[in-house]
Amino acid sequence: MSIRVIEDKCIGCRLCVKVCPLGAITVVDKKARIDLDKCDLCGACVTACEKFQAIEIIREKEAAGDLDSYQGVWVFAEQKEGMVAGVTLELLGEGRKLADQLGTTLSTVLLGSGMDQAAQELIAHGADRVYLADSPQLADFLEDPYAEVLTELCREHKPAILLMGATTIGRSLAPKLAARLRTGLTADCTGLAIDGETKNLLQTRPAFGGNLMATIICPNHRPQMATVRPRVFPPAKRDENRTGEVVRLDYSARQLLQRAELLEVLKEAGTTINLAEANIIVAGGRGLCDQKNFALIQELADLLGGAVGASRAVVDAGWIPYAHQVGQTGKTVCPKIYIACGIHGAVQHLVGMQSSELIIAINKNPEAPIFKVADYGIVGDVLEVIPALIKEIKKARGEA
Amino acid sequence: MKIIVCIKQVPDTTEVKINKETNTLIREGVASVINPFDLYAIEEGLRLREAHGGTVTVLSMGPMQVIDSLREALSMGADEAVLLSDRAFAGADTLATAYTLSKGIEKIGSYDLIICGKQAIDGDTAQVGPELAEMLEIPHVTYVRRIHEIAGGQITVERMTEEGSEKIRFPLPGLITVVKEINEPRLPSIKGKMRAKKAEIPVWSAGDLGTDPEKTGLKGSPTWVTKVFTPEQKGGGEIFEGEVGEQVAKLVRMLRETKIV
Repeated sequence: MSIRVIEDKCIGCRLCVKVCPLGAITVVDKKARIDLDKCDLCGACVTACEKFQAIEIIREKEAAGDLDSYQGVWVFAEQKEGMVAGVTLELLGEGRKLADQLGTTLSTVLLGSGMDQAAQELIAHGADRVYLADSPQLADFLEDPYAEVLTELCREHKPAILLMGATTIGRSLAPKLAARLRTGLTADCTGLAIDGETKNLLQTRPAFGGNLMATIICPNHRPQMATVRPRVFPPAKRDENRTGEVVRLDYSARQLLQRAELLEVLKEAGTTINLAEANIIVAGGRGLCDQKNFALIQELADLLGGAVGASRAVVDAGWIPYAHQVGQTGKTVCPKIYIACGIHGAVQHLVGMQSSELIIAINKNPEAPIFKVADYGIVGDVLEVIPALIKEIKKARGEA
Repeated sequence: MKIIVCIKQVPDTTEVKINKETNTLIREGVASVINPFDLYAIEEGLRLREAHGGTVTVLSMGPMQVIDSLREALSMGADEAVLLSDRAFAGADTLATAYTLSKGIEKIGSYDLIICGKQAIDGDTAQVGPELAEMLEIPHVTYVRRIHEIAGGQITVERMTEEGSEKIRFPLPGLITVVKEINEPRLPSIKGKMRAKKAEIPVWSAGDLGTDPEKTGLKGSPTWVTKVFTPEQKGGGEIFEGEVGEQVAKLVRMLRETKIV
């Protein structure tokens, strides 16, 4: 594969230079030149040069192998302590659409111990078939035994598409499995679609901290694997009259590979820290002035039934544990509502929260960059605004 | 204890600017730095060496300019650095990158622990570490925020999860990816800088590694980027006017409309 500039067509307009996310193009003597050491063939320049059609990507046709023998859409059903993860239900909704578009079936793979009830729930949420691997060895997630079971199932039943949640579990298991199956994997997708012509899965994800979006395909390998960001898609509707097939797989008599041992599960007491699954996040920054004022953030979060987030500055200052940090070196979140309180909005923070559905910013400084991504802003001292907000919400609820 | 730390050179986001006309990143003149998460990986390697003895080797794949980042790692105190660089490696996705790194590690020889950062801040995939472990057929644990113990050929670590953490023990050799909470990376020392400046950093090509050309670079990458576009920009937000009381009242009214309050 390579990329080339068709010099007869290039007029040196520099449109390609502007769109190249890698800074790989320069114009020399009114002709574009692509530095192949920097280029990763993303195609942004090809799109930009639509008018002149002076750049082309040459892809060698690979022997497509036996791709047609891979059929069906699969969703890995994540569970913890027997509870199916929210993202699994979201993937069932999206997987159903993809399967219907391809005219194929939607299956889920459920690994655990004593999961019969959960299997029925997956059918009620849209699965045609549930591969249920039930064994005490699979009760808790560990990479080795889970990958062994999934590898076997994928080799035997050959799904065309395999989706997992972009969770702690999904983002550890999916790459292990992809490496074993020697197939492609796209991380943390926020959009999925089927290409009408090729039937390839179009996997769209944020790149460069969400400043650009990239659509990725896996044309010559199967299954096409993706992890999908929680809370991007709505959960599938439940229909208890739906019927489906449960394929039971008995692993109880077989010793699965298990090099790691789970010694202890520690839950963080008191606060909700599952920022990825939170509908509402109230986040605090340096504008709170003092650690003790962080209690206001907690109070507002509790009132709204939300989780507590924080900027890097206050995590580094030791006001709140790292698990709450939102941003580049913390967590990427996309709640329905993100309330940034006294957060200036450095680019490293913005990339972690700018895809939130609704952003409310409270900050003393009207020039703070947080207001650039905010849907609603209040210019004022958070120490004044939050107590007023808490009071107003309580009042509104009293009246409602 | 023999430790290998894998690092990636990335553009420094504190310097990334957006072209307002085209809404794309301006990369020209943007400095390259060690991926921030990889600094924690290097630091953890150095601390383990200080506690258990041994060596820390830093490994990276990329163009020749990555040598600068490897020198920085040496100046922090790493013992050796190796760069994997070849035209044949360019355009690699995570699978092809993991394969190339695995061949580099095979050439380095024996090791006890591989440490990677949680993810790189330019791609955010968090895939290379686990894929690399699988290719080397060793166990891995992601999102490690604390190493409790290394004893009797086993390591006990704490993995950060959505709800808290998990304590996991697994046999070495193995691979961990680390989060920021694990330590505070040191700054390079003057002595370290002097040593790093003079250090010889071997550069291994596809020929040196004996990589399969079908598995490296673009050719070895199952995933292709077909389109890059700018996300829909949000319209300018609304800043509420008036006294704090009025502003808050407006906000709550709006929140009530969305049925959240």
